[in-house]
Amino acid sequence: MFDDMAKQSTVWLEGTGPEAEIVLSSRIRLARNISGIKFPPAAAKEDREHVLAMAVDVFKKDSIFFKGRILYVDDIDAIDRSFLIERHLVSPEFMMNLPGRGLFVGQDEKLCIMINEEDHLRIQSISSGLTLEDTFDAANKADDYLSRRIEFDFDDDFGYLTSCPTNVGTGLRASVLIHLPGLVLTRDIDNVISWISKLGLAVRGFYGEGTDVLGNLFQVSNQTTLGRSEEDIIESLQSMTGQIIARENAARERLFNDARVQIEDKIWRAYGLLLYARILTSEDVMNLLSAVRLGYGMGVIKEMPLALINELLLLSQPAHLQKYLNKTMDAEERDVQRAMLVREKLNKTVKQP
Amino acid sequence: MLCQDCGNNESTIHLTQIVNNKKVELNLCRICAEKRGFHNPFEKNAFPLAEFLTGMLREIGEEASAAFKALKCPKCELTFADFSKKGRLGCGSCYSAFRTQLKDLLRKVHNSNQHHGKTPITTVKELKPLREERKLRDELRQAIEQEDFETAAAIRDRLKILFEPAEG
Repeated sequence: MFDDMAKQSTVWLEGTGPEAEIVLSSRIRLARNISGIKFPPAAAKEDREHVLAMAVDVFKKDSIFFKGRILYVDDIDAIDRSFLIERHLVSPEFMMNLPGRGLFVGQDEKLCIMINEEDHLRIQSISSGLTLEDTFDAANKADDYLSRRIEFDFDDDFGYLTSCPTNVGTGLRASVLIHLPGLVLTRDIDNVISWISKLGLAVRGFYGEGTDVLGNLFQVSNQTTLGRSEEDIIESLQSMTGQIIARENAARERLFNDARVQIEDKIWRAYGLLLYARILTSEDVMNLLSAVRLGYGMGVIKEMPLALINELLLLSQPAHLQKYLNKTMDAEERDVQRAMLVREKLNKTVKQP
Repeated sequence: MLCQDCGNNESTIHLTQIVNNKKVELNLCRICAEKRGFHNPFEKNAFPLAEFLTGMLREIGEEASAAFKALKCPKCELTFADFSKKGRLGCGSCYSAFRTQLKDLLRKVHNSNQHHGKTPITTVKELKPLREERKLRDELRQAIEQEDFETAAAIRDRLKILFEPAEG
């Protein structure tokens, strides 16, 4: 499955859209449940199958809007499940076995709807760059289409009802995946994180060995979903993201002024490793690409387009690598093949400096 | 440092989460990190607010009186005690069954207990067939449970007549 998708990048990694070097993607999720049917974890298999049939019925009736493919999770094998997770189309929880789950993936992968995750419907939209409003519009339209044919669980006090009370109200989770190497290098990141979380947003980052954040990537999202309008939630995330970007840029400028050679050295070393290493783990690639990405942002490396950086970030993930090369491999073999793929891609696209 | 989950392997993944302004450090080996869903940074992991909710529900669960715990949703039969353990509601009717308690809880979680966003665009008139369909499906299930297959067949026919033409 997905052999066509495996050969190409996905829409949220196109490297287009405002601030695409710092903001990898904007993402919207709306949680909805169908009135009169138990929430998926509590429901009987027949109920979930009924929900799935109702959703598929809407996709078929409104096939002009819902252009794409419908997948049944029960039919998806292990590697394809990882593939979908790596592509951000589904949550890892969604791929655990609960009979009656299904998935709609829009043709350009911008729209994706999980059926019978924790809620009956999880409408998601992802785009490249800082484009929360447009991304919300796409999910909102899908919600309108669905609500014309399906009665949602809705309460005048509590809004859209959800399995977990942390999602009730708008059912909206808006998030950005954001690259903050400057703040990590200047060690301002702890301050920024505590400042962001005081303002009611959630931040998540991944720490590898030592103090380096894996890929210097963070996800920032709204925490609360009740009591504010969708526009409000999005606007505040948008403006907070703007402020985070400003701080990141300020940190980079400071680095460039105070330690230019050291930063350039870090960037070119990363580039050299990507170009010549024979063994690369996916963590290696993420960290090296982060430095190269910083180099692109600071105008140090001009040879490597953003779309290629993003493509490598995706293709070096284990399931993508295996699907791309069309064979199953253990971790050791993957590390060798990954290094080879990165090398080939770089040699093909990049004019050597 | 050894992995805090299995205690066997060296921890290679050091994750910092911010939960209610408090830094929570996790030190895990790759295997245990994957088990927790921390396979790569794109994956979803525990949401701070969800942990906050779990903590609060535990408190409520411990302090609640027996009558409080025995509150039950008439539709899905989830008790308030179950909810405070699981942190998940069973169906839309739970929100009505536990309305008073939830109003209090949601105010703490979201700083609000009143929705101010979108409402579904469907009008009541458009929804009438949907309600009718649901009623018939409930009746159908009942008939099957009672092994009254004659009635079940009749209901199935009505469902067909009511909803087939719309398919085209």
